[in-house]
Amino acid sequence: MNPFAKLLALSRRKSPWIYTVNSGSCNGCDIEIGPCVSPRYDGEQIGMLRQGSPKHADILVVTGTLTRRSRQAVLDIYAQMPSPKAVVAIGSCPASGNVFAGSPVIDGPLDKYIPVDVWVSGCPPRPQLIIAGVAQAAELLARGETADQKRKSMSC
Amino acid sequence: MLNELARYLFAVLVWPGVLGAGALGFLYLWIARKTAARLQGRRGPPFYQPFFDFVKLLGKQTVVPKGVNPPLFYALPYLSLSATTFGLLIVPAPGSSFGSFPGDIVLLLYLLEVPVLCDVLAGYVSQSIYGQVSAMREAVLSLAYNLPLLAAVIAMAQYAHSFRLGDLQQAHFGLVTALAAIAFLLAIPARLKSNPFSIPNAEQEIVAGAHVEYNSAPLAIFELSHALEVVLLFGVFFVLFAPALGSPLANAALYLAVGIVLIGLVALLAATTARLTVMRAFRFYWVWGGVAAAAAMVAAVVG
Repeated sequence: MNPFAKLLALSRRKSPWIYTVNSGSCNGCDIEIGPCVSPRYDGEQIGMLRQGSPKHADILVVTGTLTRRSRQAVLDIYAQMPSPKAVVAIGSCPASGNVFAGSPVIDGPLDKYIPVDVWVSGCPPRPQLIIAGVAQAAELLARGETADQKRKSMSC
Repeated sequence: MLNELARYLFAVLVWPGVLGAGALGFLYLWIARKTAARLQGRRGPPFYQPFFDFVKLLGKQTVVPKGVNPPLFYALPYLSLSATTFGLLIVPAPGSSFGSFPGDIVLLLYLLEVPVLCDVLAGYVSQSIYGQVSAMREAVLSLAYNLPLLAAVIAMAQYAHSFRLGDLQQAHFGLVTALAAIAFLLAIPARLKSNPFSIPNAEQEIVAGAHVEYNSAPLAIFELSHALEVVLLFGVFFVLFAPALGSPLANAALYLAVGIVLIGLVALLAATTARLTVMRAFRFYWVWGGVAAAAAMVAAVVG
């Protein structure tokens, strides 16, 4: 690995910028994401920042069951993020539908539509766990092992 | 000839150009983030954070939005960066290898405006409604804070009877210096788009300001340009209002101290205030900024 690639990998590990999207969540997980950048948990220590635009973000943080109404929004936002990018699914809903499983309006699991790199379990997960999930996604970005990076390296 | 060329290249690339001022600017931006974090009871980011953010952005794929002219999209951040770099070259910072020349202050004022203009254009070309709102706000805000900023510089020029930065640096301390410094200080938070004047780049409110459609390397260059802008503005403050010390080392120490105190004050203000509306900010600058500007001008003309 040449020094520039090493520096880039280190930068990707140290600077995870996140964009959060609620795909039909009950808001429980969103409330837990807020404290990640608050004084008690302070994600900025590992460089984690919430961005207002998906175009500035490296990691897409998805909460909720992926309802039919929100599916296209999630796909659009994922497509707007520049590569390399990672996806972190927060809570049980994106994985299984949780208590909403079997409902006709949900269209999950999330990885039916976009590749998910890290699943953070819980209903809702604690902020520490969300920060750990984002840190793990940043680690995957640094090692070039996210689904997005693997797909790119296979196609060329 | 070759020697001359090497000297120019060194000035543009190392000090007072991109590398040196970039490192200093990232240090200032880190101090601002760290101060804000400490005031909010957080630990804050490590000191290398702005640098890693910059490198990471450089290593991302660039997406040009549909309907945007790609040459314009790519050119604006570099135009902004080169304007700030050449601004840094003509400010007589400690260790800078160029002497000042008559009229350099006029050129400097033009160069100070270019990054603002680039931001406004970036907002308009981005085809994003948020970018356009931000561009409009930035243009209005620049009309507001430029009143005390320009008045401070003009008052100092009148006081020293010169349009040469070197002469202004040598000017003796007087009432004009103090009044002009106050007017200049008032303009700094708005010029740096920091709270309570973070109106053009209002995060969460209009997504991400004029840079909303910018990503990867062009966004990184805008960030670098902003870091250089901070160094440039504090450098101008240092030249206009700090006493010129004899020893180069003391001069360099004072230069750093002025920068750190200023960014600390800006961060303190940013962490303790909420964003104003553009109308209130405009009124603030044309009333209180106007008073400070008028006081400095009167003192310069009378004294």
